[in-house]
Amino acid sequence: MPKAILGLEDGLVFEGSSFGVEGEAYGEVVFNTSMSGYQEILTDPSYKGQIVTMTNPHIGNYGVNQADVESRRPWVEGFVVRELSSVVSNWRSEMSLPEYLANCKIIGIQGIDTRKLVKHLRDHGAKKGVLSTVDLDSKRLVVKAKDSPSIVGIDLVKEVTCEKPYDFRETLPSEFHWPAKGMSTSYAGPKRREHFIVCVDGGIKWNMLRKLNQHNFRVRVVPANTTAEDILELKPEGVFYSNGPGDPEPVTYLWGEMRKLIGKIPIFGICLGHQMVGLALGGRTFKLKFGHRGGNHPVLDLKSKRVEITSQNHGFCVDMDSLPKDEIECTHINLNDQTLEGLRHKKYPLFAVQYHPENSPGPHDSDYLFSRFYAMVDHGVW
Amino acid sequence: MPKRTDIKKILIIGSGPIIIGQGCEFDYSGSQACKALREESYQVVLVNSNPATIMTDPEVADRTYIEPITSEVLEQIIERERPDACLATMGGQTGLNTAVEAYEKGIFDRYGVEMIGVNYAAVKKAEDRHEFQQAMQRIGLDLPRSECAYSVEEAIEAAKRIGFPVVVRPSFTLGGSGSGICFNEDSLRRVVRLGLEYSIVREVLIEESVLGWKEYELEVMRDCRDNFVVICSIENFDPMGIHTGDSITVAPAQTLTDKEYQRMRDAARRVISEIGVETGGSNIQFAVHPVTGRMVVIEMNPRVSRSSALASKATGFPIAKFAAKLAVGMTLDEIPNDITKYTPAGFEPSIDYCVVKVPRFAFEKFEGVDDTLSTQMKSVGETMAIGRTFKEALQKGLRGLEIRRSGLGGDGRDEIFGEEISSKEALLKLIDRAKQDEPLREKIAEYLRIPKSDRPFYIKYAFYAGLTSQEIFELTKIDPWFLEQIRQIVEMERELLSVGAHGRAPLLLLRKAKQFGFSDQQIAFYWDQTESDIRALRRAHGIEAVYKLVDTCAAEFKAYTPYFYSTYEEEDESVTSEKKKIMILGGGPNRIGQGIEFDYCCVHAALALKELGYETIMVNSNPETVSTDYDTSDKLFFEPLTLEDVLNIADREKPDGLVVQLGGQTPLNLSSGLEAAGLKILGTSTRSIYMAEDRKQFRALLDKLGVRQPKSETVFTAEEAFQVAQAIGYPVLIRPSFVLGGRAMEIIYDDVQLKKYIRHAVEASDRKPVLIDKFLENAIEVDVDLIGDGKNFVVGGVLEHIEEAGVHSGDAAMALPPFTLSKKLISELKEKTKQLAAELDIVGLMNVQYAIQDGEIYCLEVNPRASRTVPFVSKAIGIPLAKLAAKVMIGKTLKELGFTEEVVPRHFSVKESVFPFVKFPGVDIILSPEMKSTGEVMAIDEDFDLAVYKSQQAAYCSVPVSGRVFISVKDEDKKKVVPVAQELLRLGYELVSTQGTSRVLEAHGVKTEVVKKIAEGHPNVADKIRAKEIGLVINTPTGKGPMLDEAKIRSLAVSFNIPCITTLNAARAIVRAVKSFRKRGLTVKSLQEYHELNSNVIARTQFRR
Repeated sequence: MPKAILGLEDGLVFEGSSFGVEGEAYGEVVFNTSMSGYQEILTDPSYKGQIVTMTNPHIGNYGVNQADVESRRPWVEGFVVRELSSVVSNWRSEMSLPEYLANCKIIGIQGIDTRKLVKHLRDHGAKKGVLSTVDLDSKRLVVKAKDSPSIVGIDLVKEVTCEKPYDFRETLPSEFHWPAKGMSTSYAGPKRREHFIVCVDGGIKWNMLRKLNQHNFRVRVVPANTTAEDILELKPEGVFYSNGPGDPEPVTYLWGEMRKLIGKIPIFGICLGHQMVGLALGGRTFKLKFGHRGGNHPVLDLKSKRVEITSQNHGFCVDMDSLPKDEIECTHINLNDQTLEGLRHKKYPLFAVQYHPENSPGPHDSDYLFSRFYAMVDHGVW
Repeated sequence: MPKRTDIKKILIIGSGPIIIGQGCEFDYSGSQACKALREESYQVVLVNSNPATIMTDPEVADRTYIEPITSEVLEQIIERERPDACLATMGGQTGLNTAVEAYEKGIFDRYGVEMIGVNYAAVKKAEDRHEFQQAMQRIGLDLPRSECAYSVEEAIEAAKRIGFPVVVRPSFTLGGSGSGICFNEDSLRRVVRLGLEYSIVREVLIEESVLGWKEYELEVMRDCRDNFVVICSIENFDPMGIHTGDSITVAPAQTLTDKEYQRMRDAARRVISEIGVETGGSNIQFAVHPVTGRMVVIEMNPRVSRSSALASKATGFPIAKFAAKLAVGMTLDEIPNDITKYTPAGFEPSIDYCVVKVPRFAFEKFEGVDDTLSTQMKSVGETMAIGRTFKEALQKGLRGLEIRRSGLGGDGRDEIFGEEISSKEALLKLIDRAKQDEPLREKIAEYLRIPKSDRPFYIKYAFYAGLTSQEIFELTKIDPWFLEQIRQIVEMERELLSVGAHGRAPLLLLRKAKQFGFSDQQIAFYWDQTESDIRALRRAHGIEAVYKLVDTCAAEFKAYTPYFYSTYEEEDESVTSEKKKIMILGGGPNRIGQGIEFDYCCVHAALALKELGYETIMVNSNPETVSTDYDTSDKLFFEPLTLEDVLNIADREKPDGLVVQLGGQTPLNLSSGLEAAGLKILGTSTRSIYMAEDRKQFRALLDKLGVRQPKSETVFTAEEAFQVAQAIGYPVLIRPSFVLGGRAMEIIYDDVQLKKYIRHAVEASDRKPVLIDKFLENAIEVDVDLIGDGKNFVVGGVLEHIEEAGVHSGDAAMALPPFTLSKKLISELKEKTKQLAAELDIVGLMNVQYAIQDGEIYCLEVNPRASRTVPFVSKAIGIPLAKLAAKVMIGKTLKELGFTEEVVPRHFSVKESVFPFVKFPGVDIILSPEMKSTGEVMAIDEDFDLAVYKSQQAAYCSVPVSGRVFISVKDEDKKKVVPVAQELLRLGYELVSTQGTSRVLEAHGVKTEVVKKIAEGHPNVADKIRAKEIGLVINTPTGKGPMLDEAKIRSLAVSFNIPCITTLNAARAIVRAVKSFRKRGLTVKSLQEYHELNSNVIARTQFRR
């Protein structure tokens, strides 16, 4: 197997073997602690600009299938694993992971001490890195990593947002619907009125759209640079702001336009959408040392005092102290590091969460937020 | 939510003796629970009959009752202690069942005791098959389809609707008898006809078979705010149809997509909510169809379990500890994660390694046992291994299993259909042959269809024979992903073999082999070198083990708890301190002969050395234990106990000394290798150990001291054996040297028997010498435990066996202090023991076994190490001997420690053993010099007879207070049994016996009802046992021979839970016990009170803790 080298800007180098395609890739090196869900992670547009390391050493065991993708292609710049499985064992699998990555032109490296890498990132923060199978000179790779552009201050949303508006209607195969059949819920009734919303695509994961569909929303997806006027022209009953990659602050057009909509129409934001809300309300965002990426983060709902185990993927965070306290209420915090995970406007129909209630991958504990959005749109309660 | 303040005192029920299916994991859970609750300032009252547990140490609970675990005893304890609540989820099925019984009898209501953790309704819902089914249907979960049938025709109709294969389960039978799996109508007819007969209500359940489906378990927790977390997902290597306890299991789940895993998580959440486990942990099992993906719920345990202990060790998340805190109203977000300190317990662990648990079986101990793995658990222990990959962990697990394997084969110990592959040439030949040998290939394929404990090795042979993963999957239903990992190991073996042939050792390949979990022994075998050659080669080239942390969070946060496993990668995370360090070697997986007693000693050593300011380093591979709790020692290495693995750790840690004498035979066997590598073995020298083990030296020692010994010889061949046996005179005791638990030890009465057993014995001793001793018939055996510091020696206890000689000391019932021996004899025994200790320079513990025949003392053996009886003796006398031993080993004197005089308690302590026969139908239950018990109980009373009575109750052999007793004894016992029979009549029992025994009894005026032997037609004794018309069996065996009527009777009695007494001494003791019980009834008293009563004695010794 051809050799591959991962070099970090601070001089740390890992030598392993290559998979996927050969070549060279740049990105911010981050890690994800989810033990399952590599396919969803690979295809999450929020990973644009990043080289992702999986902490679970066995990756690829269950292959790849069409139903579990989160967008039309993988977005990671590179993929780092301890051991890639060439054999696939799962009844839903359609292809092996190495095949899939090769088809999608993703560069991967395996056989390295991923735990050492993760510990390094944890202690020293996320790092710029380069992953190469063509240049095997470690020193040169470190220089290249150093010289590569930072993720901070760059608008990556424009790279991943849709080009044209479209209507979304798709559901998961029924057996993986949540809630599953037989489970009583407050919202799954067929008689409920459908509401039309606009979904601003900052790099959306399809499961958000599936969830919105499931919760009786008719969804029109629009590009991130759609103006407030254009959105209102569609006469939506609510606006949804999706997840997306990179630094939120430079995406001024997105939060600038959102600011015009606050108070005029119900708004729900997730992840990047949450950061947009923070910025639109005049707050600040800051970069976390190594981010939150995984499926096991405990989030406390401050009102119900209940803990949700959440799926997370963000490198930036809204600074709670920068928001107007009389208008904004902090609704959720992360129990690991006490950072802001959710907020709501006291006066206007607006709430947002930093984590991923649409899961995929991750636990289904926070599904209620979609019901809350429905209630906000349907009868003005949030 | 803060903890409850309306509760002050909590009763915790333990799980009793170690039995198959209920191992020392409940000591781990129970001790954690006690600690956790006392940390929160609750008073803890504990009941457990198992003395070998840490939880029954007097410091662990406020009040400790070492009493039988029955609802009657529970009521007495509750009456004395008046607890506010009972936590019944820590003591396994025993604890839960006893609590349920107490609840149903109204005991809890009467005394105002609240069940916390899980309430009665929830237990019922989870445990009652019908209620569970309804509950699952209510929440929309899928179950194996099933229907009830009352006739063969109905059964066939039902099976057609459900689809073959189906499982037939007769309702209301004992021990699941009459159930079976049917693949077609013919077999269904047969099984159902039988099943209807077995069923008291003539009802059978026809259930969809999930045999061969993928099996999963989720370990989950829930608090009173409905916060829910999954601690660990476990995927079984072995498919449905093999009990989880007997399966190789893997964490985390390996072959589920996130969608499938989350579907399971959602289901688990609904199950725990619906069943109503409001606070605590549960274990929920699922089966997934490998082709359709259909998921069904199999069962849920509303308590901590073997799997939760495994999950705790696999993730670093202490489930039992937190479950106890949740039970008193705390919530997950309030409890800090011990390992990361700054993050809360309310999260889901993420692991960045692979954990493999491998079960340990003991089939070799039970002649005629069916070793097919099924839904009935048969393993006696387990080992857990951690590696970065499954391949690494699997091989570590196999070499940690203590079955003399170095990994997945390639160690000269492969055996295929009886053919030994003991050399590299033989292996190469096999690999070569297997490719073309069609019959062999067929034979392997056929063998793989039936699950046995050696299946992983045959999977490897199947790959030799060219079978594909897919083909092996068809045969075994083991997931192809796992099979592929084994194929990769086979592939690596092939590479190693091919380069070995050229005599060159490529380093890249060596490193990769180490990453695949290959041991130095295996690589040495492939390369025609020695283990130390490979070790030297590795070290010369920097291919050394590194240690990674188990931290619950995949390195996302800094971890503070030093819990390590080895792997071959770049970064080593273990930080070696400058402190004085002592390494303690544990005992590995539980098996018969080496159980929880040794773990108990290791834990005590860790605690004692910590007290003295040493840094303690624990090495062990048994996930059930307290020793592998990450806060028992300063550092924990979860590693196999092999020379290579221990040396690797020692290379890093450079310990100042090693404790090997507390972990049983496993670490002791490593001592010479460790010493050769320059490590310091603490305590009694290896020279002394060898002196006690080596027959010649040992005999010289005894001669020097003038201690008698049964005539004995050491032989190496079968021929010598016959000569020696005749010279010494039958009966003789034959056994291999250097084994624990009397492995292959046997009393031989004639040449015929000798011929049969000699091969067996030679095999068990691994080509080491075989010992032949004169067997002392009708002697009394005595165990003496002693502690020494090299100069001073103090007897810990003198234990008199209740059965006559010939029963392995691990199986024998014993009493402390002795109950028949004269003062003179006792002091002579003590004197001799001290002399032996002085000669052997004992520093630490020693155990000596004696037999007394006609007032004459014979020394049977000396074990210069902790014995199985140490915890029992410690609890009886109120002195923690293992702790003292550890302190002595690092140079403290007994005088400094304040233990200079033996403590003879005023109460009697009786130890009784517990056997696994009920799990092995058809196996003769007769006790012999080969150890067969899995566990023990302790009973304490001021009255010796009552202590015996309690010990029977505690060992689940409760003697009925009235009813019928069946007596059938061997000829020489017939007269001797008369007084026993007379006493039984006087006590109001009715007697039943066979012709021969009855004739003798009648001659002495004892009236009995005569019953037919099995061979004599119906109704015979077997029919009476089945009908439960007999409440007690007294049957002494006529000697070793072919399977007789009597063996069948004994085995049958056991499977119907009828106590069966097989020695006259035991019969006498039990009759006296019943008499005493009738007169005085049972009372309970806590260990602390007993020790208090003894405190005048203890005060005299000025014992300092």
